[in-house]
Amino acid sequence: MTGFYTLLYKELMRFWKVSFQTILAPVLSSLLYLLIFSHVLESRVEVYEGVAYTVFLIPGLVMMAVLQNAFANSSSSLIQSKITGNLVFILLAPLSYLEIFLAYVGASMLRGLAVGLGVYGVAAWFYGPPPHVSLWAILFALLGSALLGVIGLIAGIVSDKFDQLAAFQNFLILPLTFLSGVFYSVHSLPPVWQFLSHLNPFFYLIDGFRYGFFGVSDISPYISLIVMAASLAAISGWALWLLKSGYKLRH
Amino acid sequence: MTPAIDIQQLGKRYGALAALDHIDLVIQPGEFFALLGPNGAGKTTLISILAGLTRPTHGSAKVMGYDVLSEYRAARKRLGVVPQELVYDPFFTVREMLVIQSGYFGIQGNDAWIDEILYRLDLADKAHTNLRALSGGMKRRVLIAQALVHKPPVIILDEPTAGVDVDLRQSLWQFIQHLNQEGHTVVLTTHYLEEAEALCNRVAMLKQGRIVALDSMRNLVRSIQDYTLELRLSTDALPAALTAWPVHHDGNLYSFKIKDYAEIESVLSILRTSGIRILEMQLLQPDLEDVFVNIMESVPAGAS
Ligand SMILES: Nc1ncnc2c1ncn2[C@@H]1O[C@H](COP(=O)(O)OP(=O)(O)OP(=O)(O)O)[C@@H](O)[C@H]1O
Ligand SMILES: [Mg+2]
Repeated sequence: MTGFYTLLYKELMRFWKVSFQTILAPVLSSLLYLLIFSHVLESRVEVYEGVAYTVFLIPGLVMMAVLQNAFANSSSSLIQSKITGNLVFILLAPLSYLEIFLAYVGASMLRGLAVGLGVYGVAAWFYGPPPHVSLWAILFALLGSALLGVIGLIAGIVSDKFDQLAAFQNFLILPLTFLSGVFYSVHSLPPVWQFLSHLNPFFYLIDGFRYGFFGVSDISPYISLIVMAASLAAISGWALWLLKSGYKLRH
Repeated sequence: MTPAIDIQQLGKRYGALAALDHIDLVIQPGEFFALLGPNGAGKTTLISILAGLTRPTHGSAKVMGYDVLSEYRAARKRLGVVPQELVYDPFFTVREMLVIQSGYFGIQGNDAWIDEILYRLDLADKAHTNLRALSGGMKRRVLIAQALVHKPPVIILDEPTAGVDVDLRQSLWQFIQHLNQEGHTVVLTTHYLEEAEALCNRVAMLKQGRIVALDSMRNLVRSIQDYTLELRLSTDALPAALTAWPVHHDGNLYSFKIKDYAEIESVLSILRTSGIRILEMQLLQPDLEDVFVNIMESVPAGAS
């Protein structure tokens, strides 16, 4: 276990030592979204009855921050270590692939949740705390950060260069988060788009997370939970298999 | 006795290239072993397979009796590797890095040993410096320190003295010799053959992925009987009687290949009768470099 704890500690230190870029900057950019969208749309849109648009928006923005930062952490850490070559220190050590997996994903979750909590805290300070927060919110935050931590790990393993990783980020993560219903309810979309949204795994995360605040959602949180738990299990299995086989890490 | 390193029929292909070709090599505990060969011979590939960084195409490798693939945790615990590439983690200081590296090997509270390594490698005053701020030679020393945190019984150093200054090279070798005397098996690669000759008791020479020589240092160096007689002469032209002699020259400095002492006498007498004066004279013993050049030239290229 010492090996796992050490790698987790090292991964935490890696982003903590530059927390200005890794925590503060993303909190700030989420806050900008919040200010702009709430200013433009507050008086025109009401998604859920009796819920102001800004209040509707906050959970989505929190979750988006959690997802993007969990992905950023494991993927950028791995690609940096690969390119600078210092991944060798981990590869030479008697760490099991499970320990490596858990440490990278654990650190990603903590970074994602730290940024999410930052966004939540600032938003609550500006717009007042939400009426209530249930365990569902925490559950989906955990699931979402874990899922994106694992996807980031895979992206970091598979990519050889920074621009390949950037392509992952720009053509997969970004569109999926933006089209997952952060800024709107998918019920307001035409049927075709509603159907496509249901294929987007991030939709279930945002929807389930929002349920934790309002007790209202586009689909049942139980379905979201099952879909997400299954996705997490499948993608973790893939990541573990990649680590075990040494794909792109051990020639 | 379980060998420190046991390699059987090991091979590694990169596409059509055989980086390693049917290598058999057994190194016993306590040996100080040199792995020599020209650039691209396969030294680093061999080390990478032992370290688990590279997967062999066929064959097996064991460290202290543990298979590097199926028993990788046990094998890696017993192995310390100093990689050839100068890599470092720019987020940490020297000491932080060594504490972290200890943790990867499951060791907590390693401070006393870390202090000793820092002292031995002359890094004590850099303990709290970020790795980014170290010179190349210092980074190399940190790599060596990292390989030693878990006191591995087998230590492999891939060109440890590249870019390290003379003073430190001396103290580095003293430290490694000290570890060897304490029972650690040491394997090193280097392109400074005089270093290998002074330190190691057994040698394997690799060429194009194959072992072309494997013997004790004594036997290898003795295998060459040719001495070199180096003479600086008062003229740039040799007398006719000596032009057929195996010799090469650089200005008025001539190197004669000599098989036995009697031949020295004949060279000198020819020079005397031709009225050529000798300004400087030196008799050179054969060394590892001669052996190396000899072996590398005598093995046909493309043998693999
Ligand atoms: N990842 C790789 N992909 C393709 N070929 C490789 C790879 N790594 C090594 N090789 C090739 O394998 C051969 C052996 O390389 P290796 O690094 O083991 O040589 P070396 O003996 O360590 O040389 P040097 O003294 O220059 O360090 C070389 O021809 C090299 O080009
Ligand atoms: Mg090499």
